[in-house]
Amino acid sequence: MKKITLKLFRYNPETDTKPHYDTFEMEAAPTDRVLDLLEKVKGYEDGTLSFRRSCAHGVCGSCAMRVNGENKLACKTLMQDLKGNKVVVEPILGLPVQKDLIVDMEPFFDNYKKVMPFFINDDPKPEKERIQSIEEQERFDDTAKCILCGACTTSCPSFWSNDEYVGPAAIVNAHRFIFDSRDQGASERLEILNDQFGVYRCRTIFNCTVACPREIEITKAIGEVKKVIATGNLE
Amino acid sequence: MKIHQFEVVVVGAGGAGLMAGLYASKSASTAVISKLYPARSHTGAAQGGIGAALGNLEEDRPEWHTYDTVKGSDYLADQDAVEFMCKEAPDIVYELEHMGLPFSRTDEGKIAQRFFGGHTNNDTTKPVKRTCYAADRTGHMILQTLYQQSIKNKVQFYDEFQVLDLIKTDEGVAGIVALEIATGEMHVFHAKSVIFATGGWGRVWEITSNAFAYTGDGVAITLRHGIPAQDMEFFQFHPTGIYKMGILITEGVRGEGGILLNGKGERFMEKEGNAPNVKELASRDVVSRAMYMEMKEGNGVDGERYLYLDVTPETVNKYAAIDGRTRPDGTPYVVTGEEILGKLPDIIDFCETYLGVNPVTEPMPVQPTAHYAMGGIPTDNYGRVVMDKDRKEIMPGLFAVGENACVSVHGSNRLGSNSLLDLVVFGKFSGMEAAEHAKKTEYIPLPENPTEFAEQQLEALRNADGNERLSEIGREMKEVMFEHVGVFRVEEGMAEALEKIKELKVRFKNIKIDDKGKKFNMDLLNAWELSNLLDIAEVTTAAALNRTESRGGHARNDYKERDDENWMKHTLAWLEEDGVRLDYKDVVFTKFEPKKRVY
Repeated sequence: MKKITLKLFRYNPETDTKPHYDTFEMEAAPTDRVLDLLEKVKGYEDGTLSFRRSCAHGVCGSCAMRVNGENKLACKTLMQDLKGNKVVVEPILGLPVQKDLIVDMEPFFDNYKKVMPFFINDDPKPEKERIQSIEEQERFDDTAKCILCGACTTSCPSFWSNDEYVGPAAIVNAHRFIFDSRDQGASERLEILNDQFGVYRCRTIFNCTVACPREIEITKAIGEVKKVIATGNLE
Repeated sequence: MKIHQFEVVVVGAGGAGLMAGLYASKSASTAVISKLYPARSHTGAAQGGIGAALGNLEEDRPEWHTYDTVKGSDYLADQDAVEFMCKEAPDIVYELEHMGLPFSRTDEGKIAQRFFGGHTNNDTTKPVKRTCYAADRTGHMILQTLYQQSIKNKVQFYDEFQVLDLIKTDEGVAGIVALEIATGEMHVFHAKSVIFATGGWGRVWEITSNAFAYTGDGVAITLRHGIPAQDMEFFQFHPTGIYKMGILITEGVRGEGGILLNGKGERFMEKEGNAPNVKELASRDVVSRAMYMEMKEGNGVDGERYLYLDVTPETVNKYAAIDGRTRPDGTPYVVTGEEILGKLPDIIDFCETYLGVNPVTEPMPVQPTAHYAMGGIPTDNYGRVVMDKDRKEIMPGLFAVGENACVSVHGSNRLGSNSLLDLVVFGKFSGMEAAEHAKKTEYIPLPENPTEFAEQQLEALRNADGNERLSEIGREMKEVMFEHVGVFRVEEGMAEALEKIKELKVRFKNIKIDDKGKKFNMDLLNAWELSNLLDIAEVTTAAALNRTESRGGHARNDYKERDDENWMKHTLAWLEEDGVRLDYKDVVFTKFEPKKRVY
């Protein structure tokens, strides 16, 4: 256990005209998650602290936040992963703050829905499964891991400067279908992304790849989509 | 207050709710409301797979799946329901594949299947590869796929709406009341059919694999309306949770050859009385009990309350050779570190993140973790809520499905990979039935003040200004339940737990809510959720205390044997003013006579 200082971004839309920070001194173990610290504050210091959380082990995507300036899942960031004794927790950037660490996710999901993020195949359904080789399945295995937490999109300077850009998460989810050998909607999705607010807003800054708690190679995936648009060749 | 009208309203957007929503919306106006964004639902945390006798790697039959499920249930499941589910299983898995679900594949490009506990070839009694998987993130893929298809089919969602109440009149169900979390505004959803798909309640216990959201909202609400809860004493403790944290380590680890070892390095599952035949691939209740006994006898690692789950290639290959395990082509079963990594990537990630342990080179410290509710709102195969012990009285317009329902296909112990199956099979049929019901009936008029009860509940909480902290009441509940209503139970412990829960319910009336606001008042909602957990803890303990036998997930040290003569029956529990009232209903048998359960 060591003494730490937890500095939290606070904003209550019903009482505050502008945000401020609250500071809490507490003991923390190296294996404590940032989420554990937030729960401790909420449970024993200040019940008004508001944040989203559910699974607490990095698979539901509720608790994307900025921890010491970097986008993280609070449940997947341990004290031993952080330098120093000060932890600053703030909401993710580029989406309107609604209360404390909660941001409005609607624009994020609206962008996601723009890329037709669903399987399309209008052929008659076979009696059993559609056959897909191990290699074909691996082609989109990485992007199928996405949990829609928003850490990538809200770390992207291109998204901060223009929220009409669909953002890395939407492109990741388009990639998941474009490269699925069973899917037939690639050309429509590529047309959507072949737009000034599509893949061309990506300036290969790599923030998204660094931010992804699922370690998806996002910049690479965006690059693959760009390449297909340029060459017209899915291979 | 806002009033909406939909023919069908689904509460919950996990696997069961989304499947029900997809099917209901084909023919009826449908809304799906959820306290989380759908993609955050706990179905996404399911790892190992979904059971279906596809026979892609070896011979398998739905009849074997049926028998294994009945046996796994310790004969408490209703056999007609199990037969229905297992027969539907292959088609529903193909349907998921046709929706685009990215299953792992065999060399021939078919859906890959792995071993899971309790699933066997009934002729040889050897484990059979029945569990269809997408690496160790099958639940994630099911949740994503169903959400994607819901977007494609323009299902109407109300995200981050907390259900608070069911609107029930003398004629039947007229809808639900929900709170819009962002604004604090009350909404009434006037409906002909209401489907509860709110998931489980593992948050009753201290060590759990379950999400914060798993607070049993659907069961708590229906209990408040005089609707019984069935088989609540049966709660599954999954053998392998990460030590102290409870995070799930899939049974798929053992399916891929992982071995459980005690502190002396012994493979204790092969001991007489545990499971000398299938060893680590016994049913979950059996493995959890064996682990508990090892730790009790001082065989935990370094004397602590944990054991090792070892999936390093060295250990897997050593024991595979001893067991004479082979690949489908008859060659010896040998794995490499790379194959383990390919099949269990998330598990490896969790262990590295939370334990600093790499499972390819080191064993994982594990302990049993509260995982799954076998009990819930009593239903038939179409999700209709059955009110009485004779199965004659149906609550018109009310449906329940998924973990908050009890069909019962899991009886007193669920087999691994049958929960995802339960969600999609019964989600589908309840969605269709709810739409059908809506077509046949008119809207029941709303009562004069439909939000009255929910408003009162919230106001009482909001104005609470006592000195009890929610976090403290929650902690005490979880502790006493894990200690006394856990893997093993005895009379005195359970009686103590019941007293404690009653005391906590009194203290709960004296809580302090810091947040007096409307918008995103999570303090208030967490208090409401805790009231649900307390009710469920009380019902669970009362039902457990009364059942003087050991069966499946309910293991008693003072009544060690299964007692078919007196206890081959489902529990029905009602939560009344002066406590829990219990009654019992018969189990449905078709072909399988109860036998002693040996693995």
